[in-house]
Amino acid sequence: MSDLGASADHGVSAGESAVLCLLEHDGDGIAAGSLRALGFARTLAGSGGRLTAVLFGLPGAEPVVGDAALAEVMAVGASELCVVSAEGLAGYAPVAWAQALEQLAAGQASAVVAAATDHGSEVMAHLGALTGLPVAANCIAASAVGPGSWQLVRQRWAGSVLEDAALEASCALLTVAADSVPVADTVPAAGSDGAAVQPAVRTFVPALTGDDLRVVATESAEQSAGVSLATARVVVGGGRGVGGPEGFAALEELAGLLGGVVGVSRVVTSQGWRPHRQQVGQTGTKISPELYLACGISGAIQHMAGCLSAKHIVAVNTDPEAPIISRAEYAVIGDLNEVIPALVKAIRAADGTDG
Amino acid sequence: MDILVCVKRVPMVGGKVVVTADGQDVDTRMSGFTVSPHEECAVEEGVRLTERSGGSVTVLTLGPPEAADQLREMLALGAHRGVLLETDGREWGPVATSAAIAWAVGELGPASFPLMLFGNESADTGGYQVGVRVAHELGRPCVTGIKRLELAGEVLRAGREYRGAQEEFEVALPAVVSVKEGINLPRYPSLPGRLRAKRAEITVLRPQWQADGLRKVGLRVPVSSAQRAQVLGQGTDAVPELVRVLGEIGVLQSAPRANAGADGDGAAA
Repeated sequence: MSDLGASADHGVSAGESAVLCLLEHDGDGIAAGSLRALGFARTLAGSGGRLTAVLFGLPGAEPVVGDAALAEVMAVGASELCVVSAEGLAGYAPVAWAQALEQLAAGQASAVVAAATDHGSEVMAHLGALTGLPVAANCIAASAVGPGSWQLVRQRWAGSVLEDAALEASCALLTVAADSVPVADTVPAAGSDGAAVQPAVRTFVPALTGDDLRVVATESAEQSAGVSLATARVVVGGGRGVGGPEGFAALEELAGLLGGVVGVSRVVTSQGWRPHRQQVGQTGTKISPELYLACGISGAIQHMAGCLSAKHIVAVNTDPEAPIISRAEYAVIGDLNEVIPALVKAIRAADGTDG
Repeated sequence: MDILVCVKRVPMVGGKVVVTADGQDVDTRMSGFTVSPHEECAVEEGVRLTERSGGSVTVLTLGPPEAADQLREMLALGAHRGVLLETDGREWGPVATSAAIAWAVGELGPASFPLMLFGNESADTGGYQVGVRVAHELGRPCVTGIKRLELAGEVLRAGREYRGAQEEFEVALPAVVSVKEGINLPRYPSLPGRLRAKRAEITVLRPQWQADGLRKVGLRVPVSSAQRAQVLGQGTDAVPELVRVLGEIGVLQSAPRANAGADGDGAAA
């Protein structure tokens, strides 16, 4: 077990702590979820606390951080941006990333925070294992109640249940359910004398061993074709009520008309009607569309956990007592196999494209 | 190859989740228990690997005596042996759980499982870390969230999708892999499988509980999640109202073949 975290002797209080936050790239900028996690970390650091945003240099991402991205990070209130790079660290390497965070945090940080993405969760799990410290996953709130002591709210069942928890550790290791925390307020980029704050960027070269680089990802640039389920503006969902693989034609047609994609419930993939990559839910994809039109889906909590971030949910279901009806904003009580073709026809008619 | 697959007994939850009066657990009086979905796929993956290249699948769980039921479910899918790390029913945190699993591997023969499979995260507590911690305890490399797994001699090729790109990993055995649902479609248990599972002997070990720095205070169901939909109508009679609502939400504008003259107000106004 390492000596991670601010030592009790130095009595770092809740108001003056140092917090690290792992950031991730997304395309050419900082991932939106990372910025939310950074806002979460800002709150945790307190008004006087130091907040270090940590970004790993990736091949082909030169310059590692553009001025716009840097401005975004500083606007959330980071005290500095630390760019980590090292020989052999050419791709995503979870243990090496955790090692770097440990070295950055050692003896200084009271908390390390990351968005609960596949990478964030994995790196934090390694950091927990390296340090022997607990990791609280999918937090939506955290506050220090004293040195080495925090009150947390974290998600269980992918957000269908909340857990109030107490954390005792020399350093709090937290992942943030970024979809469920608000976008951070921007802080004025000015010092106490009113002068603009110069963004502080520094480079950190961690000491790594061969063992730390046993697992390194190679990434293929192959992007999935078409609109992605995770980012689609409209998702037309199909469940058991669709009745079989052939029933999805009408849903596909509707999704096409609305510029969206088809998503399905777990029963549909476990029946083999549709591939798992179309599954919405706790063990599938989490969606955040403007509209989720859920057809013939009962609304098990594992499914609903995948669409907590949908702005509007409209359900089409034969059963007025189905759980989905108490989760949706609007409902049509009826058979989707009649309603959806009629809806397609009506939209085409209104478009003037009805043949 | 002998493969160890670790699974967790979790409440079988459907349309509604209810917390017990003392706020400590999910109420399971009206439901049963099952295995986390990712882990069921881990068992299926292990069984397929042994069907191709021999060896055995040992399925392990940590839980109360009743968790033997979940081991038998997995034995019915084709796993060969069951190991129960028996507890008194209280919740074990990820640190304690992974320490217990690493200890049990030592008891069962430290060199016996060149491949250990986990689910990426449990359905209930969702800690996202037990597999990783066990890997560190045993000094093995670990890959997580895996959707494609291929064994080439002593090398494991594993893949997953992340932010729209494919990530590939190559690790040498012995290794720890956590998988996600979608890596395969688990089979239904066969009748002979069920009969074999019923009779199978289960090895019971009793690990030492330890406190975790992360302590559950209580559980609650978020209040905002319950409302009642506004019913737009019955069957196809509701279609005009449905079109109006879709227009209001603003999703009809993105229709690819909207009228040239219908702009921002939506084509179906």
